Amino acid sequence: MQKPIIKLRGVCKLFGQFQALYDVSFDVKLGERVVVCGPSGSGKSTMIRCINRLEEHDSGEITVDGIELTEDMENILSVRREVGMVFQQFNLFPHLTVLENLVLAPMRARKLSRTEAEKTAMEYLERVRIPDQASKYPAQLSGGQQQRVAIARSLCMKPKIMLFDEPTSALDPEMIKEVLDVMIELARDGMTMIVVTHEMGFAKTVADTMVFMDHGRIVEVAPPSTFFTSPKSDRTQLFLSQILSH
Amino acid sequence: MPKVLRKYWRLSQRSRTFATIQYLLFMGILVWTVVHGANQMGYQWQWYNIPDLFVKEFRGEYYVGRLTKGLWVTLQLTFWCVGLTLLVGLITALLRMSNSISGKALATGYLEVVRNTPLLVQLYLFYFVFSPILGIDRFWTGVVCLTFYEGSFVAEIIRSGIQSVDRGQWEAGDAVGLKKGDIYRYIVIPQAIPIMLPPLTGQIINLVKHSAIVSVIAVADLTTEGRNVIADTFMSFEVWFTVAGIYLAITLSLSIFVHWLERRAAFSR
Ligand SMILES: Nc1ncnc2c1ncn2[C@@H]1O[C@H](COP(=O)(O)OP(=O)(O)OP(=O)(O)O)[C@@H](O)[C@H]1O
Ligand SMILES: [Mg+2]
Repeated sequence: MQKPIIKLRGVCKLFGQFQALYDVSFDVKLGERVVVCGPSGSGKSTMIRCINRLEEHDSGEITVDGIELTEDMENILSVRREVGMVFQQFNLFPHLTVLENLVLAPMRARKLSRTEAEKTAMEYLERVRIPDQASKYPAQLSGGQQQRVAIARSLCMKPKIMLFDEPTSALDPEMIKEVLDVMIELARDGMTMIVVTHEMGFAKTVADTMVFMDHGRIVEVAPPSTFFTSPKSDRTQLFLSQILSH
Repeated sequence: MPKVLRKYWRLSQRSRTFATIQYLLFMGILVWTVVHGANQMGYQWQWYNIPDLFVKEFRGEYYVGRLTKGLWVTLQLTFWCVGLTLLVGLITALLRMSNSISGKALATGYLEVVRNTPLLVQLYLFYFVFSPILGIDRFWTGVVCLTFYEGSFVAEIIRSGIQSVDRGQWEAGDAVGLKKGDIYRYIVIPQAIPIMLPPLTGQIINLVKHSAIVSVIAVADLTTEGRNVIADTFMSFEVWFTVAGIYLAITLSLSIFVHWLERRAAFSR
């Protein structure tokens, strides 16, 4: 049996008095594609943000690629370099051109030369199909293009794992597909992915595993075939009926 | 508002010629008041002596005048203060935003003490207490004192500039594995600078103006030289007008320069 690349054990997270995660335990194997869904406020973002320590968990254990996440800054940095993240709001650097957005981290955190970094950057811009936008500023691009730049920026660090937090929620409907296409391609190439999304069509195409969260707990984990046709939990059923009805 | 006034107000806002006439009239009355008042006092105007205070010609040789010397000292004072103030402000701002409890306490203590005591008292404290202990001269006493005073304001400008950068920018930097220093240097500070520039200019202009206070510890700056010239020549009206004009010229050039910088930055987008 393959060893998991991401391992969560009894993870709890508090925001002041409010408990956002209750005893979350979960494994992701190398190359596995996980789609996480659940109602708003159920802790989906919090869970994936704990995986690259954008949030600090209060108890439990998180191990990524054999490195346990603790206070140790060196560990945190090495995990972050293995884990890419794409945000709902893109979070591109508005004062830098697309190309500069892409080469910054490889040059500073991976110590690549500018030529190497730019070569990699152009490769990934080809892959997300916008090599011609390299010298523009983010504000000059459409939302869909910005999100593809954000994906390319993460890929430039050559991560082993990609986290997506509702990558299409801030996009106009006509731009959702171009972003999902890029993500589907990434999945086909064997990237390990955790995707928080309500795009159930995408989930059915790509996911190996579906995760349903509610009130800070993982309620159901199942392959899409059983998840969509015969969910075990009532809450999953209710959620699916709501989300698939429109 | 009475109808006549309202009409007058609208005209002065709409018509350029009208506004110009209004302005000239106002300035005319002002100048007349001063000149008339001075004449009533029997004041002898000696504007012709003022150029000598900048450059003096004596038997075919040129000498630097006293106001020029004073101006040079004021400029040096400003130059050192601006540099050190930015440094102190940046360090204080970073300390205040750091996770270190002692760092935060140090920065907050400094800000509260400096902002809540009079500048003049601080200057005396530096001049009579700290400078003898440290063994620094008047000029550097002035520099250090002004630096700590203005630095406290600059610190807050820098802090609010940095905090106005979206949190998502930090998260994006963290997510790609950049170190904190790199995030500041390449992501946050470059975005904070355009936000900080206008209030920083205001603060530097304040610094130029506040620098006149070093005349009370007899640093030979523009204000001190002006006072000395008056003690010798009794031209108080001309000299104080000239000194004020020079300060105005410095501060106005500063704001014009910064406007130009801002516009250039806006164009390079
Ligand atoms: N920084 C924070 N401070 C306080 N509470 C927070 C913070 N971040 C999240 N929470 C709370 O934690 C809970 C889980 O939030 P989280 O963002 O993980 O939900 P989510 O499942 O991603 O929801 P959504 O679909 O709306 O993005 C919510 O109730 C939220 O209000
Ligand atoms: Mg969320």
